Amino acid sequence: MSDMTQAAEAAIDTQSQEYLVFSLGSEEYAVDILKVQEIRGYENVTRIANAPDFIKGVTNLRGVIVPIVDLRIKFHLDKVEYEGQTVVIVVNVADRVVGIVVDGVSDVMTLSADQIKPAPEFGETLSADYLSGLGSLEDRMLVIVDIEKLLTSEEMALVEQQAQ
Amino acid sequence: MDITEFYETFFEEAEELLGDMERHLLELDLDEPDPEQLNAIFRAAHSIKGGAGTFGFSVLQETTHMLENLLDYARQGELILRTDIVDLFLETKDMLHDQLDAYRNGAEPDPEAFARICQTLKQLALAELGHGVGSEPDADIASSERAAGETESPAGSTVGEETSEEQAQGGQDADADSGWLRVVLLNVSDKDRELLVEELGNLGTVTEQHGDAARFEVVLESASSRDDIEAVMCFIVEPEQLDIAAIAAPTETAQGDAASASTPAVSQDDTPTPEVPAPAEQTAAPAEKAPAQAATDDKPTNAAPGNKGGGAKKKAGAESATIRVPVEKVDQIINLVGELIITQSMLEQTASELDVAAHGPLVNGMNLLQRNARDLQESVMSIRMVPMDYVFSRFPRLVRDLTGKLGKDIELVTEGKSTELDKSLTERIIDPLTHLVRNSLDHGIEMPDVREAAGKPRTGQLTLSAQHQGGNILIEVKDDGGGLNRDKILAKAASNGLTVSDAMSDDEVWQLIFAAGFSTADQVSDVSGRGVGMDVVKRNIQAMGGHVEIQSWPGKGTTTRVVLPLTLAILDGMSIKSGPEIFILPLSAVLESLQPSNDDIYSMAGNDKLLKVRDEYLPLIALHDILHIDGSEQDPTQCIAVILQAEGRRYALLVDDLVGQQQVVVKNLETNYRKVPAISAATILGDGSVALILDVADVNRLHRQRANSPKHAELTASRQEDVVS
Repeated sequence: MSDMTQAAEAAIDTQSQEYLVFSLGSEEYAVDILKVQEIRGYENVTRIANAPDFIKGVTNLRGVIVPIVDLRIKFHLDKVEYEGQTVVIVVNVADRVVGIVVDGVSDVMTLSADQIKPAPEFGETLSADYLSGLGSLEDRMLVIVDIEKLLTSEEMALVEQQAQ
Repeated sequence: MDITEFYETFFEEAEELLGDMERHLLELDLDEPDPEQLNAIFRAAHSIKGGAGTFGFSVLQETTHMLENLLDYARQGELILRTDIVDLFLETKDMLHDQLDAYRNGAEPDPEAFARICQTLKQLALAELGHGVGSEPDADIASSERAAGETESPAGSTVGEETSEEQAQGGQDADADSGWLRVVLLNVSDKDRELLVEELGNLGTVTEQHGDAARFEVVLESASSRDDIEAVMCFIVEPEQLDIAAIAAPTETAQGDAASASTPAVSQDDTPTPEVPAPAEQTAAPAEKAPAQAATDDKPTNAAPGNKGGGAKKKAGAESATIRVPVEKVDQIINLVGELIITQSMLEQTASELDVAAHGPLVNGMNLLQRNARDLQESVMSIRMVPMDYVFSRFPRLVRDLTGKLGKDIELVTEGKSTELDKSLTERIIDPLTHLVRNSLDHGIEMPDVREAAGKPRTGQLTLSAQHQGGNILIEVKDDGGGLNRDKILAKAASNGLTVSDAMSDDEVWQLIFAAGFSTADQVSDVSGRGVGMDVVKRNIQAMGGHVEIQSWPGKGTTTRVVLPLTLAILDGMSIKSGPEIFILPLSAVLESLQPSNDDIYSMAGNDKLLKVRDEYLPLIALHDILHIDGSEQDPTQCIAVILQAEGRRYALLVDDLVGQQQVVVKNLETNYRKVPAISAATILGDGSVALILDVADVNRLHRQRANSPKHAELTASRQEDVVS
């Protein structure tokens, strides 16, 4: 009996993962919590000329220069405001530190494998390539973003592409 | 405890020794060789051999062994050195270097190359000396000693190569070599000690060990000489920490196993000695023997100050004054100091808003902090600085090799060797400089006959110089050759499809050779002329934040000037404002700033504006146009024009205001982001916000690109080839 519970727990351990849930407008998104370095307020961003509009600029994160990307602009959301609730999720992907601006961070959730449904092939703005799936939680739907793939993609223009 | 921990130390030390060896070989005056220099070369080979033996690098050990023997003959005047012999020695040195690299990468050196060099060295010995190297006798005593050394000690006991002084001492000295030694280790840590004792075990038999960290005594029975033991041990400890003395066989041990103790000495030495007497005589003999041996033991060192003992000490003195530190550690300190400076200026800004009268001590403290922080920064930065000698020292060899190959007669002159430059830059400048030197040697300087016909001395001169110029270092490669051929370059450029005209100024023509795939050499030699190169040189130098210029005079020579910033970590900057944004201009690019009046602004071809500064018309570039800044001053007469110089071109940059001058810590934008046009890097201001550092040359380029497009798109594209970095 106890063997079985242990086995079941182990199975959950390997299949479930923790995600940080954030909101963009009324939509809810989630990223792998292991990629998140910290969460901070949106302030003091220096604009970079001739960069795409969703790249807000760079900021000083304790002596490190970090680019800031506004996912709301990238995903063509109607309302883009910078107020007290606006936060920056600092993520660590592909040996780089990048800040992403979101409307708010709600919570950390554990999703097991059977709660994650495959993402449909859709979307002009957010290709399914950058999604790990859709998380369904009772009546909520979380868009699980493969943040590493998204941020290192060519269209984000964050990383110098090899063929230049 | 693992001996491999010391590999790295050995590799670095061996590399330095090889460098020394090469330098001395090149400097050697063949007609009248300086005995000191010959000794130094010999010592280098000897030390490498010792270390190689310790670590079990047998191929390296054998190669150095053969080289060392030849060097020994040279040192004693038995082998008369000639250019071809020195060439062979240099080749051997290169081979040693390859072997070292192989061991470093955990591989075995190329056995074919090893066999080849062995063969060559043996042939040389046969031809020059009439006998081989390695095991052939040159003197009875020496041979016996050598035999003893080689069979007994895998660590390369080198008794046979000891000097003639030692040979003169004959049998008596041999006693000291094959007897009992007391090795005293002073202030050696437990970890090192264990290893040393283990090492001593390889050289002979450790019969007794006692003591503590401050003073540890090991009694060793070995056929190795003091010098050998010292040579082996000095890879781990400093010679000062070592005290080796010959002693008589200790009573108790000798009585215990007198037979085994005496075997090596007696069986392998031609001259039987009273050194290990029968156990019965034991008590009396040592008393007499000890002082005598101590005396003989001191003798070689005293009698031959230029010999190994003296040399090792000299070197040790220099070594103990420096420490090896990984570059990452230094970089980390530099980063931290950078942070400290930023924090300090943040504090300063806050403190400056306080009432000085009420907060006197705080203000004083802030001033002190500022001074200390600056001093600290300067000292830390100076750690990274290395003299240009580090770069220049590799050129004598190159020049020597190439002049031989090309049949030219060229003298190399170096100036400003002590000029200091950031270590990371010295490493990156070597390749471009090598290329420039090769070019000068191959294409620049003419053959001796041609030179004579032109009324110039047969010996060409190549000058390498370095000097500081403000925050930059100026490195020049100057030759007194034929100069660049303008017509040839123009013709070649035209055939390469570049847009050229006869009206181009010389400077513009010289710039053409930096285009990709450009070589005017009539014949492609294996030295240079394959058409790759000058564009790479230029790109590399630009990547370091520097630029390269060429000056040339027909028949008189060519000078290539490379200007580099002294360091990449810190920049003297001028902060400027345009609209709400603050940017940093490198102070080294700023010539002057002025407020333009309407009379001095001229327009040309519609949109282009020129500013007349004294008698010069400079392109006027508005920063807010280039970087699309909103809210900037649109009226040029209300702006400040900063006159900038980059890559030999001047222009005026319109900004709203000058904010101030300050040293800024350069932060790479590409670590987390990417290259941004017109921006070279970023920095953090006193208030913690990020300011971008403008790339002065790139701003101008961006402006020209916009001005030219689209009607001269083709021209821009071709120009781009040589400016893309």
